[in-house]
Amino acid sequence: MDNISREYLIKFLDKGKRINGRKFDELREIEVDYNVSKHAEGAARIKFGDTEVIVGVKLEVGEPFPDKPDEGTIIVGAEMLPLSSAEFEPGPPSVDSIELARVVDRAIRESKAIDFKKLCITKGEKVWMVLIDIYTINDDGNLQDASALATLAALKQVKIPRYDGKKVDYSEKTGKLPLLSMPVECSVVKIKDKLLSDPCFEEEKMMDARLTVGVTENNEICAMQKGGKKVLTIEDVNEMIEISLKNSEKLRKLLK
Amino acid sequence: MMVTATNAYNKRMDGRNFDELREIEAKVGVVKSADGSAMFKIGDTIAIAAVRGPRDLYPRFMQNPKGGILRCSYNMMSFSVDERIRPGPSRRSREITLVTENALMPAVDLSEFPNSVVDVFIEIVQADAGTRCAGICAASLALADAGIPMRDLVCAVSVGKVGGKILVDLNKYEEDYEDGSSDMPVAFLPRRNEISLLQLDGGMKKEEILNALELAKKSCVEILEVQRNALMGKYKNG
Repeated sequence: MDNISREYLIKFLDKGKRINGRKFDELREIEVDYNVSKHAEGAARIKFGDTEVIVGVKLEVGEPFPDKPDEGTIIVGAEMLPLSSAEFEPGPPSVDSIELARVVDRAIRESKAIDFKKLCITKGEKVWMVLIDIYTINDDGNLQDASALATLAALKQVKIPRYDGKKVDYSEKTGKLPLLSMPVECSVVKIKDKLLSDPCFEEEKMMDARLTVGVTENNEICAMQKGGKKVLTIEDVNEMIEISLKNSEKLRKLLK
Repeated sequence: MMVTATNAYNKRMDGRNFDELREIEAKVGVVKSADGSAMFKIGDTIAIAAVRGPRDLYPRFMQNPKGGILRCSYNMMSFSVDERIRPGPSRRSREITLVTENALMPAVDLSEFPNSVVDVFIEIVQADAGTRCAGICAASLALADAGIPMRDLVCAVSVGKVGGKILVDLNKYEEDYEDGSSDMPVAFLPRRNEISLLQLDGGMKKEEILNALELAKKSCVEILEVQRNALMGKYKNG
């Protein structure tokens, strides 16, 4: 990204303004839509302003890991579709999409949002695998937080299909997937000496560093990931967590 | 969260204090043909790193006329853990490669090397938790050994909360501790106390995170000392 636009952006920031007119700690308008696919066990579409992602959850019966014979598992994947940005290219997953998926996975897993033991069908033989797929539809920055929120929204919808020991009957549902916590993620970027919530595309491109913070409903921090090529101080981290704690509550309230 | 008597972690399994690092050994120049290299061992975790470059970057379209680029690769050898790891890149190793690159980047200045690349190869030979941090410590030494212009060394260590206790340099047992373990890898540029790597797996309150960061900062000073001695050890007689 060229230096002129970064200078332009910083000139704005020095005046206390963002190029998108938001306050430094302000989120964009967020839309949640559950009407995505009736074939998914749970799905949601989230918009953060012009950023849009769809997350769908499918359940499959699989074999448990040998070291956890009575636990199901989750697999999170992210597809940064070429449709959603001029910068995304077809082909195997880029490192950015791997990071996106792994940081979403981290918050769900580490907050113990899903009771993996409840996903056990027959110990040592059969468990439910929760397959979470993130698809980006439009990238105007902060795909991370939108994806994490969409994932939680989709998981909250999940109904477990009927399984007779041989075949899964996806047309019949047996009950909901119990969630034990409600982790959301909040990203704050640092540009020069300013900290900005929910960065838009240009802010994300020109950031010095980013911190994504996963927060549960008890204000416990279950995941963090620093991004970007520059450094943060302990004071930055302190402030970024503080902003994230505040914003996380707003995000969680949007889900039914 | 309530900590009951059964899951509290009052004494570390290896007898260390909560703010005590495992034994560290560092050595530079372990890969003869490389431009710079180092071994960093902390407890039973062993990382080696080699630097090749600055050298021409191909494919040509990746070249940057304004300066060189830093390109890392982090890999665990298949036999570095109990259950064999399939050779080749995994999602985990690619993410760690990314955060390692970001952790080292602020310390190096490649503006003098347009269109070139500095490759940093990190291999984990033996793993007992904290491999990305050991890799970063080794890589930073290898970069210095290669004579790459640097603003600072990079020191990395994992801090966390195990059974309710904030502690430094988790080993595998502590990372997998049954009743609650949070792992937070941190890298510092010690000269100005700047953070270039920060991740967290697990639950912690804000105050705990800040305490853990202070502990990491303190421990990184100890790591720096070992790194410095390793560099001096190679160059004082040469």
